[in-house]
Amino acid sequence: MDYETIVGLEVHAQLLTNTKLFCACSTEFGVGDNENTCPICTAMPGALPVLNKRVVDFAILTGLALNCKIRSHNVFARKNYFYPDLPKGYQISQFEDPICVGGKLSFLNEGKEETIGITRIHMEEDAGKSTHHGTFSLINLNRSSVPLLEIVSEPDFRSPKQAAEYMRYLRSVLLYLGVCDGNMEEGNLRCDANVSVRKKGETKFGTRVEIKNINSFRFVEKAIEYEAGRQIDLIESGQKVSQETRLYDPDKNRTISMRSKEEAHDYRYFPDPDLLPISVDNQWVEKIKNMLPELPLEKLKRFMKEYNLPQYDSEILTDKKEMALYFEEVAKNSKNPKAASNWIMGDLLRILNEQKKDITQAPITARQLADLILNIDSAKISGKIAKTLFDELATGKHAGLSIDEIISKNNLAQVTDTKAIEVVIDKIMTANSGQVEQYRAGKEKVFGFFVGQVMKEMKGQGNPQIVNDLLKKKLKGGE
Amino acid sequence: MDFDKLSVKTIAEKIQNKELKAQEVVAESLNRAKKSQKDLNSFITICEAEALKKAEQIDKQVSGGKGVGPLCGVPVAVKDILLTKGIKTTAASKILGNFIPPYSSTVVEKLERAGAVIIGKTNLDEFAMGASNENSAFGVVKNPWDLTRVPGGSSGGSAAAVAAKITPASIGTDTGGSIREPANFCGIVGIKPTYGRVSRFGVVAFASSLDQVGPMADTVESAALMLEVISGKDEKDSTSANVAVEEFSKIKAKDVKGLRVGLPKEYFVDGIEADVKKSVEEAIKILKDAGAQVKEISLPMTKHGIAVYYLIAPCEASANLSRYDGIRFGYRSSDATSLEELYKRSRGEGFGAEPKRRIMLGTFALSSGYYDAYYKKACQVRRLIKEDFDKAFTQVDVIVTPVTTGPAFKIGDKSSDPLAMYLNDIFTLPPSLAGIPGISLNCGYTKQGLPIGVQLLSNHFEEAKLIQAGCVIEANQKEVKKVPYGL
Repeated sequence: MDYETIVGLEVHAQLLTNTKLFCACSTEFGVGDNENTCPICTAMPGALPVLNKRVVDFAILTGLALNCKIRSHNVFARKNYFYPDLPKGYQISQFEDPICVGGKLSFLNEGKEETIGITRIHMEEDAGKSTHHGTFSLINLNRSSVPLLEIVSEPDFRSPKQAAEYMRYLRSVLLYLGVCDGNMEEGNLRCDANVSVRKKGETKFGTRVEIKNINSFRFVEKAIEYEAGRQIDLIESGQKVSQETRLYDPDKNRTISMRSKEEAHDYRYFPDPDLLPISVDNQWVEKIKNMLPELPLEKLKRFMKEYNLPQYDSEILTDKKEMALYFEEVAKNSKNPKAASNWIMGDLLRILNEQKKDITQAPITARQLADLILNIDSAKISGKIAKTLFDELATGKHAGLSIDEIISKNNLAQVTDTKAIEVVIDKIMTANSGQVEQYRAGKEKVFGFFVGQVMKEMKGQGNPQIVNDLLKKKLKGGE
Repeated sequence: MDFDKLSVKTIAEKIQNKELKAQEVVAESLNRAKKSQKDLNSFITICEAEALKKAEQIDKQVSGGKGVGPLCGVPVAVKDILLTKGIKTTAASKILGNFIPPYSSTVVEKLERAGAVIIGKTNLDEFAMGASNENSAFGVVKNPWDLTRVPGGSSGGSAAAVAAKITPASIGTDTGGSIREPANFCGIVGIKPTYGRVSRFGVVAFASSLDQVGPMADTVESAALMLEVISGKDEKDSTSANVAVEEFSKIKAKDVKGLRVGLPKEYFVDGIEADVKKSVEEAIKILKDAGAQVKEISLPMTKHGIAVYYLIAPCEASANLSRYDGIRFGYRSSDATSLEELYKRSRGEGFGAEPKRRIMLGTFALSSGYYDAYYKKACQVRRLIKEDFDKAFTQVDVIVTPVTTGPAFKIGDKSSDPLAMYLNDIFTLPPSLAGIPGISLNCGYTKQGLPIGVQLLSNHFEEAKLIQAGCVIEANQKEVKKVPYGL
């Protein structure tokens, strides 16, 4: 029997605001335990929340990027449950009136464009962090009240791969918007997956299981794959899937039960009376709309068309906004997009990888790479010299110098002067009269030997075309 | 040193003019507070050292020629639900019995900036939940008019302190009548401002959409001056309103020709004691004689006030009180061996009966499957109650009602019957639900000599009209009795 896997994702993205959602504490990571706290985010008696408007800006921006309707009437609600790192005993979130609804997002899955629905996006605060030490636990509230967006998709995914690709693309979009740093290891971007299976052709959804807190793309795929398999096995063996919340254990690659439907929290949501409803008017939305950048998929399509690049190259070049920016700067200044793409996809990515740097820390500036390409295209330097120069630049040599300065300072310019090349050819022919004889006797293979010797003598700077032409002429004799 | 007959304004002026010393006034106030404790129990904490130090500073500033502020050197008592930095703040609960706040409420900061000297933190019903001050982990407060009777609640300590002339003014909070009812039982003036008029920042929350801080004082003018000091937009409280604060203390008794006064028939019903009815009618007559036009109006949604209030307030309280979990501050049970047990024991041992009752009511009413029938319905009816008042205020400027059906009751009379206690708030709840301001001031006495008050209500941010009408009633009152409790 054939089964279909149905998945919906709830993605939590930590927002890149300087201060928390409801107080003026810093959101900086890595400071001492409980240093970024105040009476508000530690829930002292009498403390009251005041909304950070920047979070609303970010939510609107994200909603627009995901083609959502931005709702004018916004309410924060209290989500009640007890946990030691939830100081108020409730989380301030949005429930009935989220800021964004009814969107969609298109992304590439194995080269094919696919679209899934976005149910809603809402703003909420994060909890603190508990660490357990045998007989006691410690609580760090630095993260308490840090702003999050929860982006909920429709149950539109039909494969684990598709869900993972969506997650990858969504991360890319959030990075483009500058609203989230996308760091999944630190938990700044994480997701819950709702997974169910049904027999092919069935129209009703099966019983859904929620998998909590998945923090890598690979785990998204693996967790869903495992869970779907588990559910199919249950059905095939005549059992029922029970509605529950499960956790993914990446070490064992399996999901384990966390709580059943009966044990599920009753969050008792109600509007937070400490915060007035926020009205988002058209003017506010329009202001944010003007800040909306070109998104990765649009950029990808434009790169294919405008620069005549293959889809694969365009996908890599547009994955990060900074990478796309770098490429476009090189392409525009060098007037050779194909070469720009080749250099970036090949040598630059290799070096960044070796040096564990991202594009913003590239040891070769876009201006330098463009100049390098210009010098190759104008035959001022050879491709081989260019490669050497590129590698030298990557190690930090020539720091602070322009490409032209480096070329003239180190005499790297290609020799195109026929007189100068003839002098070298004559010298080589005189020193290797035996080989000249062989060539003239019909052994044309020795031509390569002469090219090699001439280039060696010229330290690789001889223009290969001119060297070839002159050599041929001279070897054939006539003089 | 006797400041009994001096208003807040006069005391401040005399200290500023060096006719009085802040240290003398404050020392006298502290003496009275200490002396009264065994009879009245109106304070949870008396801040003697801090108050004397502050008074000394004020005297220094004054002798240095500095203008201190409108409350220069005036001793005030603050309900122990407003946070005071470095001074224990308990909300009359065992669960906060050892809580020393790291910051002060906005109202306390404003009082101190105006030159007031906080001499103590007054007793109240635990978390302001109650109408008799019998629900305090620190013992019941007694009414200075009759020590066998309750002072009202929840701001019972603040009312008793003013009635017993310990301080000329105090600060209370009012969620469903907690300023107006004790002011009424203790024969003083209490103002519940418009919701949003005064910052709630640093006030231990009971029901966030209803809580409001307000003044209690001997006279309308003193209460008005206190209101003027504590009012205004606070960036730290999103629900505080950006509405200009008028000079309430400059309002004087004058004729009120053209003032339209409404008497809601739903508030003048059977069950109101004859003495109360008579006294309130006298107050109405005073307004009429001063030129007001009096007419009967109707507020048909009044009957739903109690049901709506006792859903919304407990729902909000159930969440507001979740932070008292024994983890970060306050009482923690020493016997727990697991997290769940820590919660259950700390909360079980820390909260008194009334907060527990309201936490359970609220938790139930917000539960999945009940939310729509209880909380949501209550919010819808709350809107109707507000619309009742909106409509009424198109016809009248001020609404006059009794505060309670009778005078202060005996200690223990209602404490075993929560419903009887809840019914005590019948006339003060609907205005709270509507968010409108109310003043309660004395307008007569029972045959046994217990004070009786009248409640005046106006539209949002029209406290000035209440103060105006209140001044008229106060100035024309036939008889003013002296509180029998002497210090």
